[in-house]
Amino acid sequence: MITIFGIPGPLLFGQLLLGLINGAFYAMLSLGLAVIFGMLNIINFAHGALFMMGAFVSWMLLNYLDIGYFPALILAPLIVGIFGIILEKTIISRLYKLDHLYGLLLTFGLALVIEGLFRNAYGSSGMPYRIPSVLQGAANLGFMYMPIYRGWVVLAALVVCLATWAIIEKTSLGAKLRAATENAPMVQAFGVDVPRLITLTYGGGVALAAFAGVLAAPIYSVNPNMGSNFINTVFAVVVIGGMGSIMGSIVTGFALGVLEGLTKVFYPQASATVVFLVMVIVLLLRPRGLFGRAA
Amino acid sequence: MFGFSRAESIAFLVMLVLIAVSPFVLYPVFLMRVLCAALFACAFNLMIGYVGLLSFGHAAFFGMGSYVAAWTMKFWGLDASVAIILGGLTGAALGLVLGFLAIRRSGIYFAMITLALAQMVYFFCLEAPFTGGEDGIQQVPRGYLFGLIDLSSDMTMYWVTAAIFVGGFLLVHRIIHSPFGQVLKGIRENEPRATSLGYRTDDYKLIAFVLSCMIAGVAGGTKALVFGIATLTDVNSATSGEVVLTTLLGGLGTVFGPAAGALVVTSMENYLAQFGAWVTVTQGVIFMICVLAFRRGIIGELGAFFRISL
Repeated sequence: MITIFGIPGPLLFGQLLLGLINGAFYAMLSLGLAVIFGMLNIINFAHGALFMMGAFVSWMLLNYLDIGYFPALILAPLIVGIFGIILEKTIISRLYKLDHLYGLLLTFGLALVIEGLFRNAYGSSGMPYRIPSVLQGAANLGFMYMPIYRGWVVLAALVVCLATWAIIEKTSLGAKLRAATENAPMVQAFGVDVPRLITLTYGGGVALAAFAGVLAAPIYSVNPNMGSNFINTVFAVVVIGGMGSIMGSIVTGFALGVLEGLTKVFYPQASATVVFLVMVIVLLLRPRGLFGRAA
Repeated sequence: MFGFSRAESIAFLVMLVLIAVSPFVLYPVFLMRVLCAALFACAFNLMIGYVGLLSFGHAAFFGMGSYVAAWTMKFWGLDASVAIILGGLTGAALGLVLGFLAIRRSGIYFAMITLALAQMVYFFCLEAPFTGGEDGIQQVPRGYLFGLIDLSSDMTMYWVTAAIFVGGFLLVHRIIHSPFGQVLKGIRENEPRATSLGYRTDDYKLIAFVLSCMIAGVAGGTKALVFGIATLTDVNSATSGEVVLTTLLGGLGTVFGPAAGALVVTSMENYLAQFGAWVTVTQGVIFMICVLAFRRGIIGELGAFFRISL
């Protein structure tokens, strides 16, 4: 067996893969937060709850309507995205003229309501979601056995992140979006429907969180707390990366996941806190974040 | 009196009378819970109401104050007064370190950073041996105050808690109405201008943060003394959210808001405790209503109605 720094290879690679998976979720969630923040100037505290909703919707589709994993991968983000659009239209849009902190408080309240309702309906114990049969089993990569589903998660997350990047950086819709982030009144003056753009952005960011939720469903059990467990770390990721760049969010998310995985191998006690420690270092050396713009 | 306006003096007297009468009508242990929550919210209000910084991790200071007070009373047999002071100093010391990091950013970043740092403190408390992990520190004896007053009776304990609350309340009020407090409000309104007038705004923010954390630590220490227990609940993010809700509901930046909010939120929890997760749902709904339609909070609306500042 290969050993690296005295650590057996399969263990090291196994933890690296787990780290990559966590990183995939960090990337997708912090990406959504960054996109929403860019347009709405609101930090969406309900993001974790909507991620959890994505997982629950896919579970419901399977158990109540017998709709499987792959359709759910499209349907759940769509459903949660529409839910997000309704939220934006009815509630969140009332706050744009106020201090940003009110948006944070409102979405925090929203998260409490959503999580509380799911906890009432389904308890806190969590429910299993079976890996679809196509993605079951493991592949021998030579240096390790990789469970196929885990590889699929990393791949799917990467594709979705890059697609989001491409939409924002390379399409005309993305150009309007970036322009509206810089100067909304000016873009509106050019005849672009900025309020609709804002609504779509929120829906898109939320759908991204829900997509991550569907991917997460077979890995973690589907339970009402799965979002809040993640989201605190994601906020640290956002602080580390800064919210100025789309690619920055993706890279920071994956990198911190891998770092967390490596810490689990070499110094397991610190694995829960390593991301926060990195945040402290970044705050000391570069307060605006690795990819953040100067305030 | 203490820089109170006339309306505030009357409200203060009303509050004192309520504090004096209520233990004969209501259950003292419940009232002590309210007073600890109220002191905690006063400390939090100092930051959000007068510096304009929303800390989403204040439970870290409350909880660490609670742990240190409980531990020193149980294992070192310290006097209750010393244990509570140590709780406050722990809050202040932790506030100095975390505040030094957090004030590098403002607005929503400050909220996210304090949340993340508090999460780190939570993980530390989960792992560290002295906190007792999931069990917490239980069966802390109340002991004696100044070596003289036996605190085992709930009534005696109530008067001590009330005195600590009133002391903390007056301290916060004194801070706000001092020249230092005026500068804080100036920073809240227009930070670049305060800087251009020659104030080191970061120093002011940090001092205010440390004071706020110290009072939060005292509140936590008092809570540990009252209930004889310090657990992970005191440091978790739900507690941080609760103090935000308490202050928001009572009225951000009002003198009496945190106390009013604490009374309502604690009563609600007490009443809804039997319904499980409905507490969370109700809290969330109140959050949303407050933000959408009730931004001045209970005391702020009352003040606006009577056209006075409370």
